[in-house]
Amino acid sequence: MQEVDIQFLEDSFKKYYFNHFDQIKVPERTSEREFGYQKFNSGMTRHISIKNDKELHLLLIQNVPSDVYCSNAYYTFPNSPMNEKDWKEADLIFDIDAKDLNLSCRKSHTISICNECNEVSKNLTRCLKCNSSKLEKKSLPCRNCIDASKTEVSKLSEVLINDLAIDRENIQVYFSGNEGFHVYVYNSQFQQIGSRERSELVDYISLHGAIPETFGMKKLKQDRASFPDFDEKGWRGRFSKQVFGSKSKRSKIITELLSNGYSSFQKMLDDVSENIGVKIDPNVTMDIHRIFRLPGSINSKSGLAKIHCDDLSKFDPYTEASFLSDDSVEVFANCPIEFRLKNKKFGPYINEKISMPTFAAVYMICKKLARIA
Amino acid sequence: MLELGTDEFAKYPFLEGAGKILKDKGFPLSQFGTDPDLEPVVKKALHRLKVSTQGGIYKSDIIDGQASKSFVLEKEIFSFLLAIVLIKLTGMHTLIKRFALAESRRAENHLEKDLGKASDKSKIDLAIRIIYDLFNIDVIKENDFFKIPVSDYLKHSIDFHEREWKLINRHVENGKVLLTPDKTVRLIRKELGNYIISKITNAPTPPMIPGLENIVNELTSIGKDLTPSYTVTTGEYPPCIKHAIDILEKGENLPHSGRFMLATFLLSKGQSVQQIAPLFKNAPDYNERVTLYQLNHLSGTSGSGTQYSCPSCEKLKTQSLCFITSDCDNIVNPLQFGRKKNNARS
Repeated sequence: MQEVDIQFLEDSFKKYYFNHFDQIKVPERTSEREFGYQKFNSGMTRHISIKNDKELHLLLIQNVPSDVYCSNAYYTFPNSPMNEKDWKEADLIFDIDAKDLNLSCRKSHTISICNECNEVSKNLTRCLKCNSSKLEKKSLPCRNCIDASKTEVSKLSEVLINDLAIDRENIQVYFSGNEGFHVYVYNSQFQQIGSRERSELVDYISLHGAIPETFGMKKLKQDRASFPDFDEKGWRGRFSKQVFGSKSKRSKIITELLSNGYSSFQKMLDDVSENIGVKIDPNVTMDIHRIFRLPGSINSKSGLAKIHCDDLSKFDPYTEASFLSDDSVEVFANCPIEFRLKNKKFGPYINEKISMPTFAAVYMICKKLARIA
Repeated sequence: MLELGTDEFAKYPFLEGAGKILKDKGFPLSQFGTDPDLEPVVKKALHRLKVSTQGGIYKSDIIDGQASKSFVLEKEIFSFLLAIVLIKLTGMHTLIKRFALAESRRAENHLEKDLGKASDKSKIDLAIRIIYDLFNIDVIKENDFFKIPVSDYLKHSIDFHEREWKLINRHVENGKVLLTPDKTVRLIRKELGNYIISKITNAPTPPMIPGLENIVNELTSIGKDLTPSYTVTTGEYPPCIKHAIDILEKGENLPHSGRFMLATFLLSKGQSVQQIAPLFKNAPDYNERVTLYQLNHLSGTSGSGTQYSCPSCEKLKTQSLCFITSDCDNIVNPLQFGRKKNNARS
């Protein structure tokens, strides 16, 4: 990114931070958390401890970071090096990202930027200009991406509440600031479990690693009675709703499953898992030392803010998470895909110089699809 | 701690308080070397140990936890305690491990029976309390099942490699895992073994008991025969590592977790940061400075000084980085790939 673009982004971010202190609050048990931040074109500064909102605001204004993070873990000494921090516990966190959902719409709004010659194109395998395969992919998520991500969040909440007995009020959902959602679970029985245990929890939630026996199919001594009932709780219940469709079809389908045999059941189970398992990023949930994007801060991949979703079904990130100014700015844009922000339509732009509001210019510059003219 | 009777100590002789029964009887250890009346206890202790070294579980004289004659029960308890004394006198760690394993299996059988006794609430309560006191797991009985919190289940099952122990293959309801008596007990098998090991390790070593020298010598030579295994490696890379290298060679994007796996694997195999770095040259987002920084971090030469280890097969499966083949041969970490175990006696 060129210097003038960075300057422009920093100015815009600084203005946001200055004007929106009210929505950037430190999380509870602040002094036990580790904070970190990044500046444009620079590495991560972490192992920082912060006492209160005031200190956080000072850090934002003094450093104008591109991204700000805070640990989900609680430490005795959050600003010490990692192995001296004395890890106490960590909130459960989940990352749901539209790019991981294998959505058919993705192709239509993903573009590649060649790392060698900066050519922007819709071809996702090779650069059409220099034939390089070193391509950086950028996506401008559409409504379908957001809706599909919301569906995953609802599926996740359902498993958390019904199977794992998490209280609804201990689940908090945030728009990630780019293409998905971050879900936090507080005060659960899982606060103190380690990384490997969390990875097991991930497999449970995503219906990963299930064996046919769990759903009633045995290698030998087959038994119709061990197949799940339609109204059963947990994954057996979800499985039967997905596979049987209705109570009346259960018996007929069990007969089919038995005659198809064990290994074909395993294949079917993998397909079912792909359909009804919750698609969460395993690495995020497994990581108990992560610093995770701070609520209220701006995501430098988009210029949108990570904000709390009070009503997920009605939530529209492209109107509610865009807080930057409407001041007009002139940019060179090479953005072959149309997008909407704050209820306005932008693009497509093919190598053109145009004037547009700051919030849209920032969005495109963050996606590397425009630069300051 | 629990208030237990002799019959319960006979089943669970590793519990706090078993030693007191011996003390109350007033037998000093030296008497076991000389008193012909105590010889059956010595023989039983030796038998108990020998069975354990052969990988078996000693069959006790108590039938289903009941025995009419109190001496039978006492012999059970004393032979356990004396076996520990004998192990301490040999000073051999291999004997501790074998004995603890066999004794934990034996106790496991009793716990399982006690938990499964639908008619005898006091037996069930005892087993539940032992599990709580020793391992801090809150077990609640409901109908034919035992319910334990998911978080406790995870902590105790995490080292099990069989797929049936994965949480997804368990009956989960309302934040609890529902288990049958045998699975409940299986869950604490290893810890029960560790508990017994720590009991033995922490027990003081008494001076040699005159009259028991021959038995101690016999045990020492059995212990020496249990030679450790050695390994040879074929040197070939496991399929997950081959796949990762393949992806990089094609210039495709290998996720961060895949790069972590590859780097930690090669570092553990003794390659240097300078040898590994060029592998990442083809990555779409290659940056030499960042790559070297991260590799140095993983190897422990920068940052906190911790050398990161290669993730387990289980973890790699979760991350979709596992490409298992029959050559993997039930290994649990890619680093074990190609190792052939030889249990030959030296």
